[in-house]
Amino acid sequence: MAKMTMVQALNLALQQEMEKDDRVIVLGEDVGVDGGVFRVTDGLIKQFGDQRVLDTPLAESAIVGMSIGMAAYGLRPVCEIQFSGFSYQNFHQIENHAARLRWRSRGRFTVPMVLRTPYGGGVRALEHHSESREAYWAHTPGLKMVIPSGPRNARALLVSAMRDPDPVIFYESKALYRAFREEVPEAEEALPIGEPQRVREGEDLTLISYGAMMRPTLEAAQQLQDTDGIAAEVIDLLTISPLAEKILIQSVKKTGRAVVIHEAPRSFGPAAEIMSRLMEKAFYYLEAPIERVTGYDIVIPLFNREKAYLPNTERILRAARKVLAAS
Amino acid sequence: MPRKKITISEKVEALSILDEKGRLDEKLEPDIAEDVLFQLHRTMLLARKFDERLLSLQRQGRIGTFAPIKGQEAAQLGTIAHLRPGDWMVPAFRETAAELWRGRSLESVIIYNNGFNEGVAIPDDRNDFPISVPVGSQMIHAVGLGWAAKYRQKDDVAMTYFGDGATSQGDFHEALNFAAVFQTPVIFVCQNNQWAISIPVSQQTRSKTLAQKALAYGMPGIQVDGNDILAVYAAAQEAVQRARSGDGPTLIECVTYRLLMHTTADDPKRYRTDEEVEQWNQRDPLPRFEKYLIDKGLLTEEKRNAVESEILEEIQTAIDRAEKQMEAMGDPIDMFDNTFAEMPSSLKEQKEELTHALSESAEEGKDG
Ligand SMILES: Cc1ncc(C[n+]2csc(CCOP(=O)(O)OP(=O)(O)O)c2C)c(N)n1
Ligand SMILES: [Mg+2]
Repeated sequence: MAKMTMVQALNLALQQEMEKDDRVIVLGEDVGVDGGVFRVTDGLIKQFGDQRVLDTPLAESAIVGMSIGMAAYGLRPVCEIQFSGFSYQNFHQIENHAARLRWRSRGRFTVPMVLRTPYGGGVRALEHHSESREAYWAHTPGLKMVIPSGPRNARALLVSAMRDPDPVIFYESKALYRAFREEVPEAEEALPIGEPQRVREGEDLTLISYGAMMRPTLEAAQQLQDTDGIAAEVIDLLTISPLAEKILIQSVKKTGRAVVIHEAPRSFGPAAEIMSRLMEKAFYYLEAPIERVTGYDIVIPLFNREKAYLPNTERILRAARKVLAAS
Repeated sequence: MPRKKITISEKVEALSILDEKGRLDEKLEPDIAEDVLFQLHRTMLLARKFDERLLSLQRQGRIGTFAPIKGQEAAQLGTIAHLRPGDWMVPAFRETAAELWRGRSLESVIIYNNGFNEGVAIPDDRNDFPISVPVGSQMIHAVGLGWAAKYRQKDDVAMTYFGDGATSQGDFHEALNFAAVFQTPVIFVCQNNQWAISIPVSQQTRSKTLAQKALAYGMPGIQVDGNDILAVYAAAQEAVQRARSGDGPTLIECVTYRLLMHTTADDPKRYRTDEEVEQWNQRDPLPRFEKYLIDKGLLTEEKRNAVESEILEEIQTAIDRAEKQMEAMGDPIDMFDNTFAEMPSSLKEQKEELTHALSESAEEGKDG
């Protein structure tokens, strides 16, 4: 096992899958010679050549549209959209085609493609480089939406995404790319899509989050333990859509209290869906209204104010204590 | 019907007036008033020196990521110089020289690059759009602006900037098509700086020129030496006249070069050679223009140095002022501004929530 950053772990997933399966094609802007602007595809063009790794012209819509054609032919395209802020240029290809070619062709054509793209704030970036718009994709029928929270699960989920029979939007947190290292086994490892994980056990409160927000969430859980003597259960969604609710409902039936955390804007965000499911299926077990800690319903400000925009441990603690205080 | 060649009335031309050795084609030399020449030179030097200073500020962590313009000053200034204040400028994200010409303050550039939304404030008397980062997405706005000006029977024109990479986006083709179909007064200025991050223009398109793309849409296209300010100026003059007199849009391809990194987050050594950069350094637009001015007897070494030290002082003053201004900026609560004309109640609630949270953590900070 080697200690890897998320960038290295994603690179490993791509490299091993490409070695194993010649249907896997990587394409996107600057993914070849430059190795991707975050270096996730570093070295792939050297190893596999320019028929497996395509440095494309600058056109997101074409990158995704071409991937759809490749996938329908039977290949396994993994395209990179340089920043999720530029994935709206390809939105129509996903919404109109990738997510529904199976449906439209009555199963004759399918689109087993992965769209990898960095998302989220916290890296002092320019405008359009910090947003979290997972709700757009999660709202699209026929699409899977995955957001890993660390090097090891990123690698294992990307492997599954590449093998998935349906299109997967794979959000990679820029803030996590190089934030920390984890042991990542050299041997293949895959994590099923659609299975949230309980990453900390507790009886008093359930904290539900994903992606970059897992770190402040876990930090908050630890502080609740240390300073309040509260045992928080923490669930990492990993797959946003389709949302697997069972583990969430089980947990909330046990704790009776929940806080949902994401950096995406609040209204119509993933937390809204999670809270609805809990209302529908665990209402009689709730001891307090569910709280959410989210980004605000505004464009994420330029980097000097983004810290105040992004949820942090303090905000999560405040919400958790509010939920705990209610009876 | 036999097979025959179809003639297209529009043409693609190439234009160079002051070559890289500083040799002038006098027959083509545009007639530029002396004060305009001085102003062009001063702004070119200012843009160059400012770019250098921004780079050092970035390296010192005093501003964030930014996109240097070094090498592209002539392409920007030779075009923008033709706009009247009421005309519209619709930039991409690498047009600092053009923005300075239009009167954007150095302070605002620093403040923006240091992550404060305040740096985008545009004075009411300037018809300049803020920078647009999503590649290729802004050109069509110039078409809308131009159409609206025509609708209001004004002879204002819209000039929009973009790179070679942007010509691969569908948005580029749509913008050219709309502009031509509606005969809008738009000047499309492509800064072909040879690279779109790590992708050379030869991998961006199989077209021999970018200018020829105009023909497909039924508008004239011209390829100019973008490091030759006289050629850029002459081509833009024609294009602006055409637009202003109701004869529709033009595409100008300025062949230039990005001498520095894509942005300060980029390492160009991964994809291009030092030799290539050195070759383009030989074609730097600034010394070429200075030689022209000296040959014309308009500039001397002393005068140039005097202008330069004046500029350096101006930049220093701007940095000091910007840093002072920034001390008073950044109240997080301002992030809710300008979302809607009228703030919806749900957003007011979120704003109050943040206000409350901020004062609580200030309290906790005091306690702790
Ligand atoms: C729609 C979109 N896709 C990707 C990016 C990331 N990106 C920023 S600049 C750039 C290259 C642009 O090349 P070009 O149009 O030639 O302009 P230049 O940077 O050379 O000025 C890319 C890929 C972006 N900003 N917008
Ligand atoms: Mg370019």
